[in-house]
Amino acid sequence: MSMLGEARVREIEAKAEAIRETIIEMLTAAGSGHTAGPMGMADIFAALYFHILKHNPLNPEWDERDRLFLSNGHTVPVRYAAMAHAGYFPLTECLTLRKFGSRLQGHPERLRLPGLESTSGPLGEGLSQAAGYALGARMDGKRFRVFCMMSDGEQDAGNIWEAAMFAGNNKLSNLTAIIDRNNIQIGGLTESVMPLENLRQKYEAFNWHVLEVDGHDIAQIVEAVETARAIVERPTVIIARTIPGKGIKEMEYDYLWHGKSPTKDEAKRFLNELRTLGGTITSEHQ
Amino acid sequence: MCNPNAKLLDNLFDAAPVASTRDGFGEALLALGESNKDVVVVCADLAESTRVLPFKEKYPNRYVEVGVAEQNLAGVAAGLAAYGKIPFIASYATFSPGRNNEQIRTAISLNNVPVKVCGMHAGVSVGPDGATHQALEDIALMRVQPNMTVISPCDAEEARKATLAAAAYDGPVYLRFSREKSNGITTTETPFAIGKAQVLWAGEQPQVAVFATGPLVFAALAAAKQVEGECSVSIINIATIKPLDREAIITAATQTGAVVTVEEHQIAGGLGSAIAELLAETHPVPVEFVGMRDQFGQSGTPEELLRHYHMDAASIARAIQKVYTRKTTTV
Repeated sequence: MSMLGEARVREIEAKAEAIRETIIEMLTAAGSGHTAGPMGMADIFAALYFHILKHNPLNPEWDERDRLFLSNGHTVPVRYAAMAHAGYFPLTECLTLRKFGSRLQGHPERLRLPGLESTSGPLGEGLSQAAGYALGARMDGKRFRVFCMMSDGEQDAGNIWEAAMFAGNNKLSNLTAIIDRNNIQIGGLTESVMPLENLRQKYEAFNWHVLEVDGHDIAQIVEAVETARAIVERPTVIIARTIPGKGIKEMEYDYLWHGKSPTKDEAKRFLNELRTLGGTITSEHQ
Repeated sequence: MCNPNAKLLDNLFDAAPVASTRDGFGEALLALGESNKDVVVVCADLAESTRVLPFKEKYPNRYVEVGVAEQNLAGVAAGLAAYGKIPFIASYATFSPGRNNEQIRTAISLNNVPVKVCGMHAGVSVGPDGATHQALEDIALMRVQPNMTVISPCDAEEARKATLAAAAYDGPVYLRFSREKSNGITTTETPFAIGKAQVLWAGEQPQVAVFATGPLVFAALAAAKQVEGECSVSIINIATIKPLDREAIITAATQTGAVVTVEEHQIAGGLGSAIAELLAETHPVPVEFVGMRDQFGQSGTPEELLRHYHMDAASIARAIQKVYTRKTTTV
């Protein structure tokens, strides 16, 4: 991507690696949760929080901020980790994930943690809320953008297509959806549980502008979002192809890692793998 | 006799029904369009029968159509409310809060955003449409959700006031409305406040307290008149089912020692359950429940159906007599 220099891309990639380490640490401390999705979405969240979003960690309620809805709420560890690295709260708070009294609920609750735009977890609901928000903002001539992160598995839900029809009909060009196309859901591969393809054609038929990117290529992600800004009269959906469990070889592509957290032994091995770039360098943290 | 402080209609027993509670809702929405620029209406292809059509015609930029998609109805409204609007979402109660119950739970109640869920066609008095369209479980669905306020107006005028009050209230509200024209009871002078019960009929030294909600409040008043001379009753309008006016209910139950509840809803989970929960904890007394007894409705005229399912004035009068007998034989 022309606007993003090599050095900047490397910086954001480094943030993504840090986010992955935090995800492993927080899920291991929690003892339960979803691992594969958040690991696969780390590059997208690094791009969002460290380049794309207009936001202010010191003023989460800033009126002009871009709004990021997380529809697939079970992947919230990636968001918490990105927020912590961006300065919304101390990194140590990540270790309270899923614990009694924590602001970091197992599924995100807007009222518990400043910086969240919605409460989510039950799949298929986020796009409706993002679309309603985008419509309200357009009524008042607001300039910020509304993003909605979704999983591919939740495309099974009829509610998604009600929302897709609504956003297309209302030409919500201030709305950009991103689908984490990692091909897994809790019970197996998406195409064996309930085939989704052809996803591009489906959204196009609902009057959306559709872009496809490698969800691990920072420059491609940023460029797609920039393209979406320039699209008028239509919402844009970015289908981001990702590898579930990205960064940990034994986790990658394995749907069994959708809904479980690492044990302490696994975490040690995984963190070592992340910190040594798969054994190619020596880590100081070992 | 009617409680003079309630400032009810003169000769209310002689007047014919002129408006439904949904009519009062539609009238209030038009007024809100003028008075509150944040009010928006979101509808699922039922603009005419939910009475939001005049708002749509006058304020097209604040009218949002989602089509026959009640899950999206709730979600879009939650987004609009999170942004800062005050959305009224209108459909039939069987669909909203029926079909979209989980969306309301997560995106509206847990999220605690000020969406006003407006459920039409409540009760068997929907009539010929039959069981599929007669909402009899909506109060139960809504009152178990934390943060949600539940209001069930007794006539068109109270529906108008309740709608205005819901707009001014900063939180999620469920408003329950009926299709059929029903008897007028209250006037513009009748006080209304969310969370306040109101004595409409004040018998001397009352022996039975009747807590009623919705248009059946009129049937309860008619029943009070029927039993006049044999049993002195008070009729208390419970417009707000959640939060209950605990003080008014406990006071009336203590004063009378016998209670009847009246609602066009399943007894399980509705007003009767709410009252029984409160009194069991605070002041247990015999209670008779008038409402649906674990059945679905069917096609018919509203009068036929209310009689068949024992929710008419005669059934309420029998319940009054029965609870009075229970009270006097158990003491």
